[in-house]
Amino acid sequence: MTSNIVEIDNLSFGYNGRLLHKGINMVFPKRKVVAIMGGSGSGKTTLLRLIGGQIKPTKGEVRVDGHVVHKQTRDGIYQLRRTMGMLFQHGALFTDLSVFDNVAFPMRELTDLPESMIRDLVLLKLNAVGLRGAHKFMPAELSGGMARRVALARAVALDPNIIMYDEPFAGLDPISMGVICGLIRSLNDALGATSIIVSHDVKETFLIADYVYFVANGEVTAEGTPEDLMQSTLPFVHQFVHGEKDGPVPFHYAAPDYRAQLLG
Amino acid sequence: MINLIINKISRLLSGIGHRMIARIWRLGAGARLFMLAIIYSGESFKRFHLTLREIYFTGVMSLLIIIVSAFFVGMVLALQGYNTLQKYGSSEAIGVLVALALVRELGPVVTALLFAGRAGTAITAEIGLMKTTEQLSAMEMMAVNPIARVVAPRFWAGVISMPILASLFSMVGVLGGYLVAVPLIGVDEGAFWSQMQANVDVRADIINGVIKSVVFGVACTMIALFEGFDAPPTAEGVSHATTRTVVISSLTVLGLDFVLTSFMLVV
Repeated sequence: MTSNIVEIDNLSFGYNGRLLHKGINMVFPKRKVVAIMGGSGSGKTTLLRLIGGQIKPTKGEVRVDGHVVHKQTRDGIYQLRRTMGMLFQHGALFTDLSVFDNVAFPMRELTDLPESMIRDLVLLKLNAVGLRGAHKFMPAELSGGMARRVALARAVALDPNIIMYDEPFAGLDPISMGVICGLIRSLNDALGATSIIVSHDVKETFLIADYVYFVANGEVTAEGTPEDLMQSTLPFVHQFVHGEKDGPVPFHYAAPDYRAQLLG
Repeated sequence: MINLIINKISRLLSGIGHRMIARIWRLGAGARLFMLAIIYSGESFKRFHLTLREIYFTGVMSLLIIIVSAFFVGMVLALQGYNTLQKYGSSEAIGVLVALALVRELGPVVTALLFAGRAGTAITAEIGLMKTTEQLSAMEMMAVNPIARVVAPRFWAGVISMPILASLFSMVGVLGGYLVAVPLIGVDEGAFWSQMQANVDVRADIINGVIKSVVFGVACTMIALFEGFDAPPTAEGVSHATTRTVVISSLTVLGLDFVLTSFMLVV
């Protein structure tokens, strides 16, 4: 039995004749926090969607717990998704449901648990993210950080084996960022799950990740532990990790000659 | 010169072809969504509270606009009808005119148009925003089918609400017509009601009106659902989709009304 819960094998994906990923290989070992990093538009979120079976690869395959995702029937994919939880970039809370009902949603939809047990489980999950006291609120009444925490409680509502995080730190204040950061690690360890984080926030991601993949130009350009990557001399990784303005990723988007354009 | 003209014509033809293909593709995608909504309808009836909630939002919340409009439409019908009928000395037939116009045509059609503007746009905007804010993706990732959970209950809510709203429209319209014709103008009350009772046929008029409103319910709700589902996930995309819902629903209702009326008159 493989110790990797997710394996991406020679994966290519593209649309409109443009390849976003070109032969990507990644493994996600059980019980680890693995991060996928890269610039905006490098296809990090698309990788999560490929793992979740929302889109099909052009070439290669994604295996979740030994099952090739894109070869599953609709029911098969739904069975696999029952073992996954996903935190969306802006939480994606159902705006017509209260915080309590949002967290209860997967339990009510996918299980036959009695309402009294659902109540206890929801309060348990909300307590884990520190928002038990906000269970009556509507999503519109929450701050960005609180919404993200509720979404996290919902993502782990059914104790998934795999938890995927799409830009979990984006747009959060430092306190909320620290809270989310700690929660990702602690929930991963408490549930014995595997976490896949897609992010471009170096400091927070390096703090909690066991292993990091860097994606650029459709390929894995670097990989290793956060410590290894901090020391990396690869130009792209160095520029990204240290937030340098210019480097392999140029400051200027390709354009005609500046002088010629101004005077022409 | 000739090459330039040929180029322009070929570009024009390719543009028309492209648009035609896009329209056909949308039609196919709409038909597919309709089929899926039917296939995944089981949940809407098993957990009827989901459908009931949508009936509240689409049907009950549309009551005010439907009733007020029906009242005025009925009153105007009576005024205009009386104005014409009295020239021929048949002002007692005003009750029949109001009732038939409402039950056969105006009830289903105006209700559908108002429904498209009130509930259809709300459905499109809601689903479009759910898509934009990744709520539908979140549902998919939770292994919950959005067609079964979001589309089907709204579809059945629209199909159930429309005939009820159309019937209410006709009833309130008749009441409006009565208030203008009898107390205001002074048409004989007995003639107003008895002529209506004698000339409005349950099968040919009322049932046909209900059939129309069911068909309009299917069309308007499906268009609203599809436009929401197909909307590009941007503010502009949702706004365009909402506009399209009203335009396409209105034209579809008017077109379907002609087709249905033709069949009903022939059969």
